[in-house]
Amino acid sequence: MYKKRKLGRGVAMVGAGMSSFDMFSDKDSKDLFAEAFVELNTSVDKGLDPADIDALYLGNFTNDFFVRQSHWGAILSDSLGLVPKPATRTEGACASSALAFREGVFAIASGFYDVVLVGGVEDMSKRSTEEVAEGLALAASPYERKAGLTFPGVFAAIATAYFEKYGASREHLMNVTIKSHANAPLNPKAQFNLAIRDMMDAKVKRAKSQGRAVPDWIDEKDFLRDARANPPIAWPMHLFDCCPISDGAACILLVAEEIANRFTDDPLHVVGLGQGSGRALHSADDLTYFEATRHAAKEAYDMSGLTPEDVQFAEVHDCFSIAEILHIEDLGFFKPGEGHKAVEEGLTRLDGPMPVNTSGGLKCKGHPVGATGAAQLIEVWEQLRDKAGRRGVPKSDLRIGAAHNLGGTGGTCTFTILERR
Amino acid sequence: MAEKPINDYGFEQFLNEGKLMGSMCNGCETLYVPPRSLCPGCRHSEMEWTETAGEGRLAAFTSISIGTPAMIKEGYDRNNPYCSGVVELVEGARVVARIEGVDSIHPETVEVGMRLRVKFLNQGTDDDRGTVLAFSPIEE
Repeated sequence: MYKKRKLGRGVAMVGAGMSSFDMFSDKDSKDLFAEAFVELNTSVDKGLDPADIDALYLGNFTNDFFVRQSHWGAILSDSLGLVPKPATRTEGACASSALAFREGVFAIASGFYDVVLVGGVEDMSKRSTEEVAEGLALAASPYERKAGLTFPGVFAAIATAYFEKYGASREHLMNVTIKSHANAPLNPKAQFNLAIRDMMDAKVKRAKSQGRAVPDWIDEKDFLRDARANPPIAWPMHLFDCCPISDGAACILLVAEEIANRFTDDPLHVVGLGQGSGRALHSADDLTYFEATRHAAKEAYDMSGLTPEDVQFAEVHDCFSIAEILHIEDLGFFKPGEGHKAVEEGLTRLDGPMPVNTSGGLKCKGHPVGATGAAQLIEVWEQLRDKAGRRGVPKSDLRIGAAHNLGGTGGTCTFTILERR
Repeated sequence: MAEKPINDYGFEQFLNEGKLMGSMCNGCETLYVPPRSLCPGCRHSEMEWTETAGEGRLAAFTSISIGTPAMIKEGYDRNNPYCSGVVELVEGARVVARIEGVDSIHPETVEVGMRLRVKFLNQGTDDDRGTVLAFSPIEE
């Protein structure tokens, strides 16, 4: 029976840190998580004594495959000097660290722990692109792999079903990409930090200096339509519809609300938590939404007493451009079938009424899969705590932000709402 | 016909014989393709093999330029993409499959909703994937 959820006691977010996201040939998961932890330490207003950390919950999708090493909870606990405190790894494909966040919240809400470190890490770039795709596809169904469906292929198929049902087109996907790339230059941590226009200008300049034929794109969409500049991956999706391969780590300090003032006078409160499961592509009840996201959203809204209108901005799991359109509908920000129009009208831009993926999203910020859920919540932290600099959401009284994380092809989805009081 | 286990192993054995089979739940009469040994709807575990008509319509598809390792090995690449998709069978169940006989270089010519008939790829070869489920357009 469905029941409205609540926490046994309140939980607050009092610190956060993330590594750079990029492809690093000379950094491993220990280095990246250490980088994130050092930043977290400086983010705790009144300081953190690491000896006070009761436990670590760590999200990691498949370093087992990417670097042939598992058991990352214990390994990172050791490298941070947290031994012999307990460390637990969570896995939910690309939603692994949102699950770590939830486990940390539950551990505190139950009264068992007071101070918990949660986060995630992934080290993807040590393998070829084909191998990375193979690793990620471990989260798809065996039927999909056998049918030749790659991860981008599954989302591309979803796009064609969405196009057919709602009359959208590839041009609408381009609007998502252009918007993400507009936010990215404002994020110093983004893996890709150029707006599409800047990228075009750079290519024109290079062609001129090398005496090659100068491209004559008339605008950003013209550039994205050019298959030489933006080659197909899985039609209707091209390279710029897909997130990159990234290495990175992110971590968050959670504490019991009642002791939050030992760490800061300005904590964020965990007010809404939701998680859902979904089916494989062929058995989904509809190809144009994610059942797991809708369930996660319902749980989080019910728990918080908030509605989609109350959420002032959100990070959503844009592993592929079409995904962002589905999520902003599933989360209730826009009606089913209206998401692509909302992006076209600029409603999700940084200066729009509902900014989405102010960080540049997975597309530009980068997507080290096991770290992404935590990194999304860190963007919410930076926005709500007024630390987002030039990409700060231009709204007065910014109070409520949310993050949506998706694993696999929608098998695991979470939605988390944070509030600054 | 020897009894085949009602699961993915049995499904694969039928594909090798050129049959697209599903499991019909004895409890609620829902058809599952591929088969399931437990009905997720009514939790009955008594299932019966049912042969499908092998016809359906295209519900969603893609033309893939950067393929899975097995497809790359078959020679598919950026210059030679292949189509895969979701097919809604006339019985109502949906399956994922390769889509053959369409112009994968010009995927904009492929129409969602088009009628398709099953075909079996690599049947009887020693491909370690076994027989691969595919569909191709029914000429109208």
